[in-house]
Amino acid sequence: MSEHYNFAYLDEQTKRMIRRAILKGVAVPGYQVPFASREMPMPYGWGTGGVQVTAACLTPEDQLKVIDQGADDTTNAVSIRKFFQKTAGVAVTERTTEASVIQTRHRIPETPLTEGQILVYQVPIPEPLRFLEPRETETRRMHALEEYGLMHVKLYEDIARNGAIATAYAYPVKVEGRYVMDPSPIPKFDNPKLSNSPALQLFGAGREQRIYAIPPYTQVISLDFEDHPFEASKAPHPCDLCGDEGSYLDEVITDDQGGRMFVCSDTDHCESRREAGHTGRLSPQEDAA
Amino acid sequence: MTETPLLKVEGITKTYAGRIGCKDVSFDLWPGEVMGIVGESGSGKSTLLSCLAGHLAPDTGRVVFDTRAEGPRDVLAMSEPERRMLARTDWAFVHQNPRDGLRMGVSAGGNVGERLMAVGARHYGNIRAEAIDWLGRVEIAADRVDDRPRQFSGGMQQRLQIARNLVTGPRLVFMDEPTGGLDVSVQARLLDLLRGLVREMGLSAVIVTHDLAVVRLLADRLMVMKGGDVVEQGLTDQVLDDPQHAYTQLLVSSVLQV
Repeated sequence: MSEHYNFAYLDEQTKRMIRRAILKGVAVPGYQVPFASREMPMPYGWGTGGVQVTAACLTPEDQLKVIDQGADDTTNAVSIRKFFQKTAGVAVTERTTEASVIQTRHRIPETPLTEGQILVYQVPIPEPLRFLEPRETETRRMHALEEYGLMHVKLYEDIARNGAIATAYAYPVKVEGRYVMDPSPIPKFDNPKLSNSPALQLFGAGREQRIYAIPPYTQVISLDFEDHPFEASKAPHPCDLCGDEGSYLDEVITDDQGGRMFVCSDTDHCESRREAGHTGRLSPQEDAA
Repeated sequence: MTETPLLKVEGITKTYAGRIGCKDVSFDLWPGEVMGIVGESGSGKSTLLSCLAGHLAPDTGRVVFDTRAEGPRDVLAMSEPERRMLARTDWAFVHQNPRDGLRMGVSAGGNVGERLMAVGARHYGNIRAEAIDWLGRVEIAADRVDDRPRQFSGGMQQRLQIARNLVTGPRLVFMDEPTGGLDVSVQARLLDLLRGLVREMGLSAVIVTHDLAVVRLLADRLMVMKGGDVVEQGLTDQVLDDPQHAYTQLLVSSVLQV
């Protein structure tokens, strides 16, 4: 750990301010709490909000896991993990089960979370009504008065244009029967995992200066129509490496002849299964020689 | 006819930093009645309408609306959620410029369906059927239901705005220059349509306009405003055919006869 930084980079007053925002967010599930977002040593859009929330939650005993689209080894995940290794000296892990704090960009791990874990989301645009109503004053009033008809207008437009609700990520949800919330750009496949989760879920939007939260065991419902119910969709394939039929998949183009493979987007989940002996269509064959 | 007026307006005064917007306006609007408000630009008619519709807070006065559930209530004393609920169920507001009243990025069907969804409709098929039905009633072809308002002509946009407002079956409609900016033949069709809808649905309406032909066709009663004051009011035909106040005489005689 470098001596030049305060623990987890932010100074104690800032962490205190962020913790207050988090506590308020936990007290009012789904409500966007404004906070004085700091400049972080990374560009906006790279998880400045999530990093500040993580910094405010970390203790020296924590085990940190960072994922980006489910993967532990992509640029965003690696750089944020290194950042906290350097500034907080905390232990890091790639195992979902071992982690006490998980910072994520756009996925929820496949392994069910447990009590005591904290899942921190990086949020680009926290306001679910933003693209329907550009005025912040008006969207705040709509939240305050629970006027959420407009959210259904968006879903209506989806069906009118595409025949089905085509929103595949950042699918709007209603938290504990009150606030409509943007769950950050997670695939809608992950939406059911938001509800009734034993883990604490925190959302940080750095540029937009908002923090919101879903406390453990909170009801989260994805909005839909009676005749077009919500569907958690994924590519209709098993994973080509571990054979899992139930996990969310990435499609990888493998050549210019139309070759492609589907692999788990959650790398830790895929590796654990492979270690346990599961194989998929493209698994390297055991040499029987 | 019931004993209580649908809308009872008492002593509405609104000033803008000392300048008079409208001064001490009172009238009763009965169910099924259409009230026209005419006057030149700056006479306070739009200010009055905004005060009535709850868009502006008047300095003094009361606007008592006969609500379905609780009988007559002062709209200005209502809480904001109640007033907004009223504004999307029992009330409607037709803007002069359809761009102010429509969502230009949302399809015609979505525009009409918005009020339904705002009051809790959650069945796509029903919302869409209702939207198509209403497009038919304002003479927009059903195959335009997925087109956006910006692909519509000005007259169609205005008719779409009317459909969007009337879909929840309001009892009171505020209209601010509903025919402004439309050419005369389109105006005539729109007026025809409006007259039909108002009669058919038994709507009460407050129509603000500077076009005397509009009030002649639509309004039962007429209020003439000048400089924030109501200078004359009465039955439409009576006021237009036998104007008493000098300003009303001027207004009536200014209309070009062709």
